[in-house]
Order: sequence, then C-alpha cells, then structure tokens
Amino acid sequence: MAEHATHIEGLAHHFVSMEQQKEAGMIGMWLFLVTEVMFFGGLFLAYTIYRTIYPEGFLYGSHLLNVTLGGTNTVVLIVSSLTMAMGVYYSQKGEPKKVMGFLTLTLILGLVFLVIKYFEYASKIHDKLFPAMGWYNPETTGAHGVPLNLQQPVRVFLWIYFLMTGLHAVHMIVGAGILITLILMTRKGKFTKNYNSPVEISGLYWHFVDIVWIFLFPLLYLTGYHLSVGGH
Amino acid sequence: MASEGIIRSEGRKNYLNAATTVKSWLLTLDHKRIGLLYLFAISFFFALGGIYATLIRLELVTPEGDLLTPEMYNRVFTMHGVTMIFFFLIPSIPAVLGNFCLPLMLGAKDVAFPKLNLMSWYVFMIGGSMMLYTMLSGGIDTGWTFYPPYSSIYSNSQVTIAGVSIFITGFSSILTGLNFMVTIHTMRAPGLTWFRLPLFVWAHYATSLIMVLGTPVIAITVLALAFERTLQIGIFDPKLGGDPVLFQHMFWFYSHPAVYIMILPSMGVISELIATMTRKRIFGYNFVAFSSLAIAVFGFLVWGHHMFTTSQSMYTGMVFSLISYAVAIPSAIKTFNWTATIYKGSVSFDTPMIYALAFLGLFTIGGMTGLFLAALGLDVHLQDTYFVVAHFHYVMVGSAVIGFLGGLHYWWPKITGRMYSEALGRISAIIIFVGFNLTFFPQFVLGQLGMPRRYHAYVPEYQVLHVLSSAGASILAIGFILPVFYLAWSLMYGEKAGANPWMAAGLEWQTPSPPPTENFTYQPVVTHEPYEFEQVPEIKQAREAELLRA
Repeated sequence: MAEHATHIEGLAHHFVSMEQQKEAGMIGMWLFLVTEVMFFGGLFLAYTIYRTIYPEGFLYGSHLLNVTLGGTNTVVLIVSSLTMAMGVYYSQKGEPKKVMGFLTLTLILGLVFLVIKYFEYASKIHDKLFPAMGWYNPETTGAHGVPLNLQQPVRVFLWIYFLMTGLHAVHMIVGAGILITLILMTRKGKFTKNYNSPVEISGLYWHFVDIVWIFLFPLLYLTGYHLSVGGH
Repeated sequence: MASEGIIRSEGRKNYLNAATTVKSWLLTLDHKRIGLLYLFAISFFFALGGIYATLIRLELVTPEGDLLTPEMYNRVFTMHGVTMIFFFLIPSIPAVLGNFCLPLMLGAKDVAFPKLNLMSWYVFMIGGSMMLYTMLSGGIDTGWTFYPPYSSIYSNSQVTIAGVSIFITGFSSILTGLNFMVTIHTMRAPGLTWFRLPLFVWAHYATSLIMVLGTPVIAITVLALAFERTLQIGIFDPKLGGDPVLFQHMFWFYSHPAVYIMILPSMGVISELIATMTRKRIFGYNFVAFSSLAIAVFGFLVWGHHMFTTSQSMYTGMVFSLISYAVAIPSAIKTFNWTATIYKGSVSFDTPMIYALAFLGLFTIGGMTGLFLAALGLDVHLQDTYFVVAHFHYVMVGSAVIGFLGGLHYWWPKITGRMYSEALGRISAIIIFVGFNLTFFPQFVLGQLGMPRRYHAYVPEYQVLHVLSSAGASILAIGFILPVFYLAWSLMYGEKAGANPWMAAGLEWQTPSPPPTENFTYQPVVTHEPYEFEQVPEIKQAREAELLRA
C-alpha cells in the first residue's frame, strides 16, 4: 500500500486518479449533508406540527428569547462562512499561509458563537426556562408574562428551542474540531494546489451548519419579536 | 488434481491468506474481509434472535401462559424483533454480500472509503454490544416499535440504552449506504455504464438511497425518545402538550422504508441467481432496474398504513392506502420479469436456484397479503393480529432471509474458493421452504380468526394452528442449522471452486476464487451488457470446441 501511495502525493491506493478521489470525496460529503438535512428534518417536522397546534404558545415562547444575542450570532456565523470560503479559495490557489489565517479566523468566529450561546443557555436555565424534569416552573418565576393557558404550549416551544439549537451547537463543536485538524494539517504542509479536497469538503460542512442556523434564527427568535408583553 | 490445487494455492496470494494475524483482520481495509467480519457478527445476532423465536414458539404450544411470565414474554418478543431487524436483517445482505461483491462487480479495487467502511463495522459492533448489555441487564418490553407513552413513561425496562444502541447502529447503516452510493457513482471500471451494471448493483443503489435518507430520521426519533425518558421534556407526552402519534409518524417514516432496506438487496440477489441459473439475460432489465428505484421512492410515501387505526385522519389514510397499493406495481414488475426470464431458459436446479424459486413463491404471498393490509377497511379487522405477523415474516424471512441464503450459497465459492455439498445444500433449502410455510401459513388463518399478536396466552380453539406453527418452526430451525455445518465443512474439505463455477457473466467471476486483495490483477474493461452469457470465456470456449467437433 505504501509504495502505491508514494507515486502521487495524497492519492489513496484504491483510486485510479486524483480526479476520481476528489469526486468521491465531494459526492460523499454532499450525501452526508443530505443525511444531516433528514436528521434536522425530524425536528423541523416537530416544530411545524407543534407550531400549527400551538400558534400563540410559539409567539410567547419566541418572545422569551434574546434577539440581540441571537442576531449577533447570526452575523458572526455569516462572517465565518465568508472566512471559510476565503480559506477554501486560497487552498485552491495553493497559498498555505493565507489558508491558515482564514481557517483560524473561522475557528475564532465559531468559538465566539459558542460562547454567546453558552451565555444564552445560562440565562435561560437561571430563569428556570429549561423545560425538563420540572425545571420550567412559571409559578415560581413570575411566569415571564405568559398567560396561564399558554404555559404548557410555551414549554413545548422551549424544548424545541433547546433541542434544535443544542443539536446545532453540537455540530458547531464538531466543526471547530475539524477546523483545528485542518489548521494543524496545513501547518504541516499537507495541502498543495493539487491536493486540497479536505479543506473544500470541510468547507461544505461548515456552510451547512451555518445554513441550519439561518433557518433556526427567524423560526425561533423572530416569530414573536413584534409582541409587546411582559418579560424582558 | 490434488497436486495442481496445492501449487495453485501456494503460488498465488489471495485476500484470505495475504495476512493471517488477528490484527490484520481487525484493522483490515479490504472490503472483502470487512464483509466477512459482518458475516460473523450478523450470524451471531441471527442465532440470538433465533433463540428468542424458539422461546416464543415454545410458549405458544399451549394456550396457557405456562413457560414464560407475561413480562418475560413481552421482553422475549421485543428482543426477537429488535435483534432480527436492526442487527440481522438490515445489515445482512448489504453489509455482507454487498460489501464483498459491489467493488468486484464494478471492477474496482475497493469501496470509495475503505476506512469509513471499517469504521461502520466498529460502529455496528459498539451498537450491538450495547444491545447485548441491554439484554443482559433485563432487556426491553416495549415491542420493537417503542411506542410512547408506554416506552417513555411506563415501561420499567432498559429503553434509554436500547434507544442509544439503535441510534449508534443507525450510523453504521448510514455510512454503509453513503459508501455504496459514492462507490457506484465514482468507482465503475472503464466501459461500465449505468445500464451495464448488474441488477444487484441497482438494487443496492436503491437500498443505499433509503439508508441515507431514512436512517437519520429514526436516529433523531430514538434520540428524542431517550431525552423524553431521561429528562421528561414531554415531546410525546400528551400531559405536557406533546403528541404520541408524532412518534409513530417519525418512527414509520424510517421503519416502513426499512422493510425495503431488507427486501431490495434480496431482490438484487435474486436477479443475479435467476440470470445465471437460467443462462438468460434478465427479461426487461431496465424495468427491473427502475422498479428498484421506484420501490425506494414509493416506500417513503406509505408509512401511514401502519397507523390506520390511530388518530390519523380517514382521508390521509385513503391516500396512504392508495400509494401503498402503488408499491405493488414495481414489485409485480420484478416478479413477472423474473418468471419471464425463467421461461425457456436452460434452468439448472442448483442450490441457489432453489432459493430463488422459493423466493418467487414466498414473496408473491408476502406481497399480496400486504395488499390486504393496505386496504383501509380490511386492516381494521386484521390490525395487530397474527395475519400481520405472518405477512411480514413472509416478506422478511420468506423473501429477505431466503435471498440472503441464496446469495450466500451463490457467492460462497467466490468468498472461500470452495464448493459445499450440493446435495446437502438442496436438501436444506427444501427443508427451509417446507418449515417456513408450515410455521407461518397457519398464522394467516390464526390472524383472520382473531388471534392478536404479542399475547403469551390464547383461547384453546387456536391451539391446533399454534402447534402446527411451532412444529414448522422446529423444521425451519433444522434448515437453518444445516448450512452452518456443511458450509464450515466445505472450508476444509470442499472441492476447489475455480474462478467461475456457475458459468456466470458478472465481473466478480472473472477473477480467481478467492480473489486477490486488490481484486483484479489487471484493469477490467467492460464492453457489453450484463448477463450476456455468450461473452463468458468458459461458455465461449465450450461453444467453439463444439463447433470444431461439428
């Protein structure tokens, strides 16, 4: 196996050419993203159904979220998509220093997102808005301005919020791990103009995770933004 | 002959003797070895599921629940279903025969992602070990369907860990499907266009499509169930505003197509067996190929037929009923085309062909009774009875397992380089066919008479049919145990197979048995359609010799 691998840098033994290897990697990642769409799709289905059953509960629930923090995170992620795209661009041009720079920038933006998310979660849990194991208790926390008849629907909204954003955050953490690996590989000089598909493929993943957030932000944060009820 | 065999086997390294250490097996990236790793794993789970089935059939010999307590019986039938479906049927043909044959059929050195392929096996083993742990620590009693609120609130069994185990095992299935799709897209030999692919490959493409699109949905569903049980978030709990029927929708969105994950690869196997054993091009190749895709696509639109007796609206039910009927069309296309292929073929009744013929009969019964259940009104009468049990066993055992065994016998010479005893092969195929029908045909009658499924005791009127069924099960067991012995025997004492013992037309038969690690010593180039038996070198030579003599 080793002697086959040496004749073209980065070509695995079972492929005939670099083109074939790259095509396989790209199709593989696109298919993986399809599975991710179906994975998140289950929760989007739950969102659709419960929002249809409890339209008002979703408005009030949405109003409990912090649009400023959510909005900031949206901007952070969109910018990180740009820096990722720049990283891929320079990897195709074969400029490892710039690749390193942009990937590091992407990583930092990803971590900023996660830190902001942490503070959001912390404040929700502090306000007893985490809807598990009887933690969500409107009676002891002043109900956050939610009318009595909507408290249960708001609870449904809250677990959807935590499940969807939580699953998204897990994907962000995985993405950060991938970026660290890529940065280390770039530093070792693994990528050349001819062999950069790991950067490109990881770029696809990163953009996908961003796009999921682009859907989550309006569906969760903006649905009840126009309401003027108690709470914050 | 003996000396020639020794020289041959010593002179040439193949994938089995290229390296012999345990490490070389456990860290192998060779798709053929990974296929064998799966074969050992799923054989173990099949035996385990078989033990549970034995307990069920023993309990049902008498009307009283005297062998197992009701709680124990619940656990036994649940573990039977979970083991057989998630740990045997779903990986069976794709992960064993698909892994072994696909790259060979494509003229490739390996699947597109060999490391991912090995990882799939480890993921499967982790999931499987967790399920074993679940069993050892008391098992689960929810039925393989895990319906809440029973599974989320009331059951005292190991639902959470079983759910996580299925979540993990699902990823093995997703990665295998993904690997196969990329392999079929990118690794075909020069000249091997889509319509020159063997139908086995088309069937696996359709199967992979379902694995890739469907499995993530069951993953998120069982994950939600695990959260529901541990954190009581109330997703499926009406007391907290949730909807238990949502679980059923999400569950069946995967679990109905999962039936096609089990049957489609089997249909692919049958296409190969029938073409080779009748020496004929499969009648209506394009129709058979596209009917695989049609089944995969329709399969995603019929899940509601499992829920005719729930709160699902009647009109939704009517649409689901109609689309369920539509699945019969591609299935019938396949069955008719196979039959037409056999017609006027030069049929040889070797073991694989006996399995193929058994498949044709049993699948027809299994498929047709599916239509009974897809009929809204009739289903109200038959829902949750033994009619359903008999129907899906005709499809899952009568078709999927028969296809697996047929395929295993067909490719055995390629996998091991040895022939098994043809006489024993035929006998055990016939024993399986007889035992199977005796086990499950009475269950159609039982169900029609009103015997509900999942009960450990019943009224005495049903006893005769239950005893027949249990008697059939013991015959079936003999049929399943026999191959273990004669196949193992063949490893040591079987006749050497040669590259192409069946005179088959596929690329996998154009390389030595067992194949070398890199599959082909040359780069195969494909110049004709599959199943063109005039192009098979061995047949060509025989023809030419005949012509010369004339």
